[in-house]
Order: sequence, then C-alpha cells, then structure tokens
Amino acid sequence: MMLQLSGVHAHYGHIHALRGIDLSVQVGEVVTLIGANGAGKSTLLMSLFGQPRVSAGRITFDGEDITRLPTHIIARRDISLVPEGRRIFPRMTVMENLLMGAVLADPRNLDVDLKRMYALFPILEERVEQRAGTLSGGEQQMLAIARALMARPKLLLLDEPSLGLAPLYIKKIFQTIRELNEDHGMTILLIEQNAHHALRAAHRGYVMQHGQITMSGTGRDLLASAEVRAAYLEGGHAAA
Amino acid sequence: MPPLVFANDAPTAAERLKDASGVALIALLLGIPMIGLTTADQGGSLQVLTRWPLLAAFIAASFCGRLVVRYLLDALKRRRQAQDRQAGATAAKETRRGGRMLESIGWLAFGLALVLPIVFSDNRYVVDTATTVLIYVMLGWGLNVVVGLAGLLDLGHVAFYAVGAYAYALLSTQFGWGFWAALPVAGIIAGVFGLALGWPSLRLRGDYLAIVTLGFGEIIRVVLINWTDFSGGPNGISSIPRPTFFGLPFVPSSDNPTFATYFGLEFSPMHRIIFLYYVILVLSLLTNVLVKRLRRLPIGRAWEAVREDEIACKALGMNVTNAKLSAFALGAMLGGVAGVFFAARQGFISPESFTFNESAIILAIVVLGGMGSQLGVVLASVVLVLLPELGRDFAEYRMLLFGAAMILIMVWRPGGILSHREPTLRLSPEGGRRE
Repeated sequence: MMLQLSGVHAHYGHIHALRGIDLSVQVGEVVTLIGANGAGKSTLLMSLFGQPRVSAGRITFDGEDITRLPTHIIARRDISLVPEGRRIFPRMTVMENLLMGAVLADPRNLDVDLKRMYALFPILEERVEQRAGTLSGGEQQMLAIARALMARPKLLLLDEPSLGLAPLYIKKIFQTIRELNEDHGMTILLIEQNAHHALRAAHRGYVMQHGQITMSGTGRDLLASAEVRAAYLEGGHAAA
Repeated sequence: MPPLVFANDAPTAAERLKDASGVALIALLLGIPMIGLTTADQGGSLQVLTRWPLLAAFIAASFCGRLVVRYLLDALKRRRQAQDRQAGATAAKETRRGGRMLESIGWLAFGLALVLPIVFSDNRYVVDTATTVLIYVMLGWGLNVVVGLAGLLDLGHVAFYAVGAYAYALLSTQFGWGFWAALPVAGIIAGVFGLALGWPSLRLRGDYLAIVTLGFGEIIRVVLINWTDFSGGPNGISSIPRPTFFGLPFVPSSDNPTFATYFGLEFSPMHRIIFLYYVILVLSLLTNVLVKRLRRLPIGRAWEAVREDEIACKALGMNVTNAKLSAFALGAMLGGVAGVFFAARQGFISPESFTFNESAIILAIVVLGGMGSQLGVVLASVVLVLLPELGRDFAEYRMLLFGAAMILIMVWRPGGILSHREPTLRLSPEGGRRE
C-alpha cells in the first residue's frame, strides 16, 4: 500500500471539512477522487501535506506515518503535488520552473530528467527560454506536471488538472496521465470535477460529498453507476 | 478596425471636451478663492479685490492643458496596446536582445564610474555627489535582494544601515578598530539583526511584513536617540576615524608617513575624497558580483520562486522560511556594510541620518529601478540623488519636482525603469545547458 488514509478528520476554523475519510492508493494505480465544488477534495489533498493538519485519523505513506510531519518534509517523501490552478512561477522561464521542481533531487539526474520532460511534453522544449507566464493555460498545466515530475516522485497528486482548459488540452492532459501510468509505472491520485474523463483514466475511484466518501469502486463501475451518472455526468441531482 | 476596439481606444471629441470641462470646473472652484479674490491694503483697511481676467486665463489654461495631457496619455496607451499585441511569439528573442543591450549599458556605466574622479579630480562637489549615488546604489542592491528577488516588502531597511554605521562608530571610537577590520564584523552584526527581525516576522506576508519592518526601523532609531550612554543619544558619535590607505592616513602632516608624503605628492583634501569614492565603488561592485552569482545558484532561484508563488514552493518541498531568512539576512548585511562606509565617510553620525525618509528613498530606488534589476537600481539611484541636487535652484519646490518625477516614471514605466528580467541561465546554441 502506497498511501493510506484512515478515519481522517480536518477542520477549517469551525468548518468540519473532512469527516472520517478512508482512502487508499496502491503502487501502480491511478485513483481518482471526484465530487462537486466544496465537497472537500482539495482539502483532502492539502491535508496530506499538513495544511490543514488533520484533527483525527492517520495518514501513512510507504508504511511511514506522515500525519504530523512538517509540510516541506512531507514533500521530500517522494510525493509531488501539482497544485490547483497550476501555480507555475510566471516571471521565471520554463527552464527555471523545471529546475525549481528539482531542488530536492540529485543534481546528477538533471540533464536526464530534463530530456524525459521534453520527450513527454515537446512544447516545453520549444518554449524553454520563454517566461512561463506567457504560456497558454494548457501549456502551463503541462509545465506544472513536468515540474512536479522533476522531483522523481513515487506518487503524483494532481489537483483538478483539467480546470479551465480547452477541450483539446484536457484530452492531452488525460492522455499524459495514462501514459505516465502505463509506460512509466507512476502511481497517481487524481482529483477532478470532470468525472467522465477522470473515471475513464482511473483504475479505481472515490466519490466525495460533504466531506465524506459516499461511493467507491472501479472506474468502470462508477462510470456505469446510475447515481454517479445523474450527479456528475448529466448535470443536476436527479434521483435516478 | 473592429468597432469594439475602436470604442475602447479613442474617445470622441465630445468626450474629450467633457473631460476637459470637468477639470476646468474644478479649476474654477479652486481658483475663486485662490486667484479670483485677493486682498489689498487701501488706506489702512483691508479691501477684497477681484481678479477675474487672471482667473479666466487660469481656467482656460487648465482646460487646454487637460486636452493636451489626455491626448498624450491616450496616444501612449494605444502605442502600448499595439506593442502588447505584437509581443508573445517573439518574447524569447526579445528577451535575449534586451539582455545583451542591458549588458553593454552596464559596462558603459562601469567605465564612466571608473574614470569619473579622474576627469573631475579638482571638483569636490561632483565626486562627493557621485559617492552619495554609490552609497544609495549599494543600499539599493542590498534591498533588491529582499524586495526585488525574494518579494518581501521591507520598509525598515535603514535600520540595518544604522546598525552598520553605529557598529563601526562604536568599534572604532571605543575599541580602536580600523575601518577594514570593522567592515566585515559590522556587516555580520547587521546580518544578525536581520535574522533576529526575520525569525519572528517572516511568516507575515505583504502589507503586514511591511508594517513590522517599518516598526523595527523606528525602534532602532528611537533606541539610538534615547540610550545616551550607548550611542550618544541625539548628539550622535563624532570623530569617527577615517579609512586609511593601507595604513597611510590622509592628513596634511604627521610624524608618520602620510598618503601624500609616501607617494611624494603635495597634500590635497581631494585625495581622501577620491579614495573614498573608489572604496565605495569597489564595495558596490563586490555587492553586484555577489548578488549576481547568488542569483544563478539554487538559492537565488529559490528567492525568486518564493516571490512568485509561496504555496507552490512549499508543495515542491522547499523550506520557504530558510529562503526568506537568508535573503533578509543578506540584505541586512549589505545595508550594514554601506552603513560602515557612511560612518567612515561622514566622521559623524546621529540618529537623524536614519529616519524613515531614508528607507522610503531606498525602497523607491528599488521599485523605480524595476524590482530585481541590478542596473535599474543604478539608474534610479542616479535619478533620485541627482534630482534633489539639480533642484537646489528651485528651493522649496524641490520636493515637488522630486514627487512629480517619481509619478512620471511610474506612469511611463509602470514596471520600473528596467523591468526586464534576465533569466538565470540560458541554453547555449548547441542545445546543452549553460550556467
């Protein structure tokens, strides 16, 4: 088991954002967490990094209890996060952004890793000296993913990578996710509102509502489930 | 041209007239008491007289002036929009060309700085003013690390300047330390003060950090004023020893060899002035080399990344606190070194030299120069030090001129004089990496 959350609770001030989450990710899996706005998906991701700290429950990564570790120490445990809204460094060049992703990595791997990223996202090689802020949204998302991969993580966390992107780029991003998993054996936890794409790309999925996991199953099963279809795929909360 | 852009771009004649009329109305309201009415002494009693023609001329001038200003601003805006539209694809190429041009300007400035005291070797005023410019360049470069690179708004930089100056003043007058020995020590003391302030306050962001640093600057000044036993209070510290040329003092006569006798020159007070100029030139060049080197190292990139996005930095596993603290301590240390030089040059320091006004000017130099740009700091220092000097003829309007110049710079160059950012590394033409 790579990542295991058991009975995790978290608060934002008075708001009880996570109410007893049980979730696990196995080595080599793509797991997705879908849910509406405000369901607590991003809170769940951030609580892995101790922001906010969980008020009850336990988080283990690779067999180690990381529940109480400081944020930057957790990030050094082979977990990379692609934050919501990309958060690239806009005034720095593409190359500098990639280097920032490798601050904790072994500098000897730098050239090899850069080449891997260019192979994965050829557009980044073309734009390598351009300011990251001048890239399009989709290119910025690719840069954010590449930056996270520069740290050579075992587990990649993606927070709404399709947010605000053109359909063509959304397709490209999910293609990349599949490629990373199938060709490079990357374990991925994917948070999405775009349930259709996410469930198709994932081995397993969890559905989150009001800070709780309400359903879980294989991506295919969830995609076929009447409830999920009604709530996340056809719009509106129609009772099926 | 699509109608939407057209409507956005150029106001109609009616709109322009309306805009100017509004300004004329305000001129009328202000003008009646200020220009239209005046008092005169007539036969011992005060009479109110009117000056309507003058008022009319004033209003007409405001009206026409507004029309012209509005037109110029619009033209400027349109030109900038056109430029923005062209930017984008050619961005990388532009950056590279801009970088090369800036580099040559930098070398030119360096050459000028080098020969300036030779050309003006008998003009004390010029060399003195140039020395002041260089002190501000050094202070600006120090603060540039904190504000420009790490993005921490520091309104109390003068505190570290004061710490450095007082550290040298006390070390030399109380313990007989020389300038060169005290220079690094005082710098380190200022750096420690930077750490001490940074440790509790750097978790604050933006405006909040600005307020804390502002308070810190005042605390240092108030302590210096009131702790008379330690700092001499408002009287300051006088007869601070001047730096010597490798042990040779700049004095008219002495039992020991002086600078003039050693080199067989006739004594001239200019020797010391020029020597001081070269000392600060070397100090600021060292600062420049240091900061430029650091920028290319991972720590420098970390500073900039913290400025760009703190949350992303944390997600990448960076220790954001350490990055900020190191930037803050380095900025404080450089400020302290500038302070040592200041004390040695003046020979006398008092808390009055370290008011908030100084912090504001240093910050203005960094912001006007274009945050993070080394050459920009130089240009802004030249402008901000020379303007009040040139403005001496205008007496009380001097500060008005100063303010107007600052506003104009911000209108024309909102990102600072040089907002260009040089990447910390480039690809060589062959495709490999190059530091």
